[in-house]
Amino acid sequence: MTERMGFFTDTSVCIGCKACEVACKEWNQLPDDGFVFEATSYDNTGQLGASTWRHVAFIEQTRTVRMKEDEGDSGVDRWLMSSDVCKHCTHAACLDVCPTGALFRTEFGTVVVQEDICNGCGYCVPACPFGVIDRREGDGRAWKCTMCYDRQRGGLEPACAKACPTDSIQFGPLDELRERAEDRLERLHADGRSEARLYGESPDDGVGGAGAFFLLLDEPEVYGLPPDPVVTTRDLPSMWRWAGAAALSVAGAVAVAFAGGFAGFRDGGRR
Amino acid sequence: MAECHPVGFQWVVEARARGAKVFHVDPRFTRTSALADRHLPIRAGSDIVLLGALINHVLANELDFREYVLAYTNAAALVSEDFRDTEDLDGLFSGFDPETRTYDPSSWSYESTGEQAPGETLEGGLHHAKAAGADRYGSGGAAAHPSPPKDPTLRHPRCVYQILRRHFARYTPELVERLCGIPPEDFAELADAITANSGRERTTAWVYSVGWTQHTVGAQYIRTAAILQLLLGNMGRPGGGILALRGHASIQGSTDIPTLFNILPGYLAMPHAHRHENLDDYLEREGGETGFWGNRRSYLVSLLKAWWGEAATEENDFCFGHLPRLTGDHGHYTTVMGQIDGTVKGYFVVGENPAVGSSGGRAQRLGLANLDWLVVRDLTLVETATFWKDGPELETGEMRTEDIATEVFFLPAASHVEKEGTFTNTQRLLQWREKALDPVGDCRSDLWFYYHLGRLLRERLTGDEIDRPLRELTWDYPEEGEHRDPSAAAVLREINGVGPDGRALSSSTQLRPDGSTACGCWIYCGVYAGEVNHAARRRPGREQTPVAPEWGWAWPANRRILYNRASADPEGRPWSERKAYVWWDAERGEWTGHDVPDFERNKPPDYVPPEGARAEAALAGTDPFIMQSDGKGWLYVPAGLADGPLPAHYEPHESPVRNPLYGRQSNPARRIYARRESPYNPPGSPRFPYVLTTYRLTEHHTAGAMSRPLAYLAELQPELFCEVSPELAAELGLVNGGWATIVTSRTVIEARVLVTGRVRPLRIQGRTVHQVGLPYHWGWGGGGLVTGDVTNDLLPLVLDPNVYIQESKAVTCDVRPGRRPRGRAALDLLEVYRHD
Repeated sequence: MTERMGFFTDTSVCIGCKACEVACKEWNQLPDDGFVFEATSYDNTGQLGASTWRHVAFIEQTRTVRMKEDEGDSGVDRWLMSSDVCKHCTHAACLDVCPTGALFRTEFGTVVVQEDICNGCGYCVPACPFGVIDRREGDGRAWKCTMCYDRQRGGLEPACAKACPTDSIQFGPLDELRERAEDRLERLHADGRSEARLYGESPDDGVGGAGAFFLLLDEPEVYGLPPDPVVTTRDLPSMWRWAGAAALSVAGAVAVAFAGGFAGFRDGGRR
Repeated sequence: MAECHPVGFQWVVEARARGAKVFHVDPRFTRTSALADRHLPIRAGSDIVLLGALINHVLANELDFREYVLAYTNAAALVSEDFRDTEDLDGLFSGFDPETRTYDPSSWSYESTGEQAPGETLEGGLHHAKAAGADRYGSGGAAAHPSPPKDPTLRHPRCVYQILRRHFARYTPELVERLCGIPPEDFAELADAITANSGRERTTAWVYSVGWTQHTVGAQYIRTAAILQLLLGNMGRPGGGILALRGHASIQGSTDIPTLFNILPGYLAMPHAHRHENLDDYLEREGGETGFWGNRRSYLVSLLKAWWGEAATEENDFCFGHLPRLTGDHGHYTTVMGQIDGTVKGYFVVGENPAVGSSGGRAQRLGLANLDWLVVRDLTLVETATFWKDGPELETGEMRTEDIATEVFFLPAASHVEKEGTFTNTQRLLQWREKALDPVGDCRSDLWFYYHLGRLLRERLTGDEIDRPLRELTWDYPEEGEHRDPSAAAVLREINGVGPDGRALSSSTQLRPDGSTACGCWIYCGVYAGEVNHAARRRPGREQTPVAPEWGWAWPANRRILYNRASADPEGRPWSERKAYVWWDAERGEWTGHDVPDFERNKPPDYVPPEGARAEAALAGTDPFIMQSDGKGWLYVPAGLADGPLPAHYEPHESPVRNPLYGRQSNPARRIYARRESPYNPPGSPRFPYVLTTYRLTEHHTAGAMSRPLAYLAELQPELFCEVSPELAAELGLVNGGWATIVTSRTVIEARVLVTGRVRPLRIQGRTVHQVGLPYHWGWGGGGLVTGDVTNDLLPLVLDPNVYIQESKAVTCDVRPGRRPRGRAALDLLEVYRHD
């Protein structure tokens, strides 16, 4: 494997222009999501899905604003914008559960679905702790961000990072991005913006660190991100062990049952 | 800026990362506010109060950059005894004629020195107002006396500085709170920030867009900012300036090489049919003899030589008589009235969609329906080309297809990636782009269209005298490719100009008045210097100085900051090490620095013009504003504006608020159309209690022809919506995601409702004023995957008197919950509003 590549999305400089969404769709030739006015701030594409591999969230935060006299008025004084994307987890559950090998780990350390191998079984969909990967209606196969695998192989940065006018989306070797993110965080903290925090950068988190991590200005839940994501296959080995033990117990119980009735069955099943 | 210029906004983000403090003044909390240090919500249409109060703050506390102000502005100049201010005349300046609603500006001039400044009174007032003179004067403005009497102590009651002090004295933080809705503590923070961040060591920049220009006092908004920036010493210096953000790619280019009716290339005035019989006549009346406009004979003669070549001779006035002439206002809205009246029979609409994109869409469509022929060139079949079969007036029964005789020609256009040429951006930077692919089908570039149209017309010419201008026109460009595209590089070279030897010129100072040089646009002279297309230069910024002179080419003469002589003190030394930009090198006897000096290279700071000197020689070594006839930055404008030498706050034509400053509610010189097709909401009308402002979204472009047909953009903002505060929503029963009907006396439209705390009710004059926001990207067709009602149909036809821009940023409206009535019922509802 060559160097592990990643995204650092610094939401503190995101201007919500959605150039990433458009560039992603253009490059990857994704279908549109329909034309529905959602009345949720400036977001009309909703969430990441089979046809939206970058998604910009808009969060209007209302606080009481000083105003004269009796007008105890409220107004938005913070409008958070954040471009979400597949996290390309170190421990990727989607990849773990894929029975066909359609999902694979690339030489860049990213996680990619091979569209010609995916059989649409959909196991990966509930496996993702972030709700990123999704099956496309009418097509059936699972789709998600490839971190522009084709572009990377051609020596280009992913389309979203290329299009981002404010460098909110940065692409590069993951180690380098982590350092850059630490610097940026330090700087923001020094400026008194103590609410700034990194999300997904730690190799010690539940997914072993994300290949696409974020600088957020509020709790992850505010952005629709799970606060403490855990690779859903983390417990698989122990589950298998439990299952195995259970099976043995059942076998034992059955033996016992054969020997002395069915009394032991419930005990064996209760794990 | 983040909303409409996201790519340019990266530099604001960059500046902020380096410690710049960013204020955002806007009626709504937008994507720009989200990244600003402070958002100041303001009532739309009240900016002169805010800017005027900042000026008052600077003057009252003597926070101006005094050395800069004394040396580089007209602060010390004495103004005529005849001048009367709005403070004296309750909202009028002296010289107002109530009958014609125009000013005679002769009393605004500097105190007389006994000699009449050329052209000063001749071209102002009525003439000016009739033919949109402000642009006509070019970037130098009208002529004023090069050396009026002065009081360098700034104490004389009639010096500009004292006039300014008196004029702005009533623009106080309290007034800002009362009219703009900005609390005094927020105002103080802004005032302290900009004054602390100006002076020798620091500079402050203002950035604006059509939120400042599209008002009946639009030009005066910019003037107010100019006064403030001159007082703080922020012009001609790095990090300073007033930056105009344009609405499209190359809008700057389309004023330099104009698509405007009143100017020729390089801001030369378009001649008038009756006042400019011949070349001498024209040159005598248009502009001053001093400053660089003093060379206008060279600029104009070279232009005439570029257009008529050999045919242009000294004997025939270089074909000056071939130029088209103005007979009055031929601006957009007056032209529409001409269409309705049947005096305008044909119409070219190129890359524009007035049926959706212009104010008062109904009047636009009435005009289109009354034409003999209409040519539309665009990327898609825009509503302007299809109004006759699917326009809103068909639904209401006001028009029937079978009654419309207009013959419509639709010619598909090539997009910017399908043709070569230059874009000129707002910082005057020309950037060449290559053609990436051939246009499909019948799509052709505008250059192709005009070239071949001209060629075909010329083939049909007779020997008749009326055909002479077209017959003698130089029209010989090399053709390329299977569609015979004229060479864009050849056109750029023609614009650059050639000398007597036929070689490309390198500077406009080489232009001659004797017909030995030809130049298509004098300010672009040098873009092809040395036979090299400098606009095509692409040397990366990291490989050159921060000024990056080898990226593209900026007019004039590749100068990146205009009037940069002002970045040095009167002696020619940088104001500070930190802000060093251009300075005088006494040893070598020349100006030098990081940028190309916007000054004569060898004119020393101590140069004093001899008596009777003309053109640039008449300006001193301390006069940085070299296009002005006196070389000074004008705090006070003695001539050249149609509505006053100083900005004054007038309410928008339609406003729910009374103007407490003057007896005059709105700009007395504003252009109104008193006719049936142009109804107005009465000021203060309880029928129209809300302030309506319009704007763009990042996701779409103007009237939507370039974005609504594209799925990836259309899905991001699929429907027209109105933004209202939670308070107004509660008051009216508007439901987020539901429908609202918006009404003005022009029309009634519907939009989805977006309830948001980003729109805030304001306390104005002790009561709550609600603002309603509407983007304007939707129309009924245009090949759009998404369609919607036309926001601009709501807007009135009322204009700034200087440049004839419409007031689209501050009008009044009513809002009702639910969808609008259909067909005839919509007209019935309007009747109720108009006559109640």
